[in-house]
Amino acid sequence: MAKITVNGKPQALENPTTLAQLIEQNNIIQPDMVSVQLNEEFIQRENYATTELKDGDEVDFLYFMGGGRG
Amino acid sequence: MMDFTEEQVNRYSRHILLQDVGVEGQEKISKGKVLVVGAGGLGAPVAFYLAAAGVGAIGIIDGDVVDLSNLQRQIIHFTEDVGRPKVASAKEKISRLNPDVQVTTYQTLLTAENALEIIRDYDFVVDGTDNFPVKFLINDACVMLKKPFSHGGILRFDGQTLTYVPESACYRCLFHAPPPPNAVPTCSQAGVLGAIAGMLGTIQAAEALKYLTGVGELLTNKLLTFNAKTMDFRTIKTKRSDKCPVCGAHPTITQLIDYEQAACDISDRKKH
Repeated sequence: MAKITVNGKPQALENPTTLAQLIEQNNIIQPDMVSVQLNEEFIQRENYATTELKDGDEVDFLYFMGGGRG
Repeated sequence: MMDFTEEQVNRYSRHILLQDVGVEGQEKISKGKVLVVGAGGLGAPVAFYLAAAGVGAIGIIDGDVVDLSNLQRQIIHFTEDVGRPKVASAKEKISRLNPDVQVTTYQTLLTAENALEIIRDYDFVVDGTDNFPVKFLINDACVMLKKPFSHGGILRFDGQTLTYVPESACYRCLFHAPPPPNAVPTCSQAGVLGAIAGMLGTIQAAEALKYLTGVGELLTNKLLTFNAKTMDFRTIKTKRSDKCPVCGAHPTITQLIDYEQAACDISDRKKH
């Protein structure tokens, strides 16, 4: 079982998991709108399905935040 | 060397007392020129604190007029300002707070056509906008002009900010392109806790003052995010991306783009 960190919080993976599956498991709505960093490197969208997560990985989902002026 | 009057020494005494700032640092602040894009939730506290700090020249760009619903967070505008251009309202408050500050107002939107011309004159730019087209425009213009800026975004109970200086990760390194129009709900639909604007805006103002004085470490190659419900602050390390379309090895964006006006937020709706 791999232990990873998602947005700073520990998460345990029961089965081998790809980044694409992790996004699904975390119920991320509109994943197209999220930037994903794995161990401080940005992962291209087309590589989500082939990127296997391993023990100790740090994943960060970065969200658009647009407010401020209006 | 700038000659501060006795009154100015008194006004800025709490800066001058700071070992890292001192008279020299205050001189840098007093000679500094900062452009605040948007006189709203973020721009209000940014402009107030920069004015109080005695930043020599503050530019404010905003095409809107003050609306009653703005007053919940846009603290530079008062009840009697409703209906007044935001830049006029902001300029008046800045001048009343600190007559040392020279204020330039631009009652217009920042566009691909005027961005380089306006930004060129300033040392530092603060993004206090509420929409992605202008956020990307500020980023691209600042990358092209090698101009440092502070990005800021707020939504509901969350805020995020990063500081760009030439060679550090830019906003596009993190987010390649604006979300498509209408793909996401608007700010006015999603709402925001008013005080969040102050929390994030004062961080942006502090970054501008740190840049002008050279004190400390900027939020470069980092994205600071916080959630006011839990008061969790996180700093995510980022890196400049080789594949970045504007600052990467082979940039595909070589001139400014006016994106279609898009809705302004997206976040993980399941969280919190």
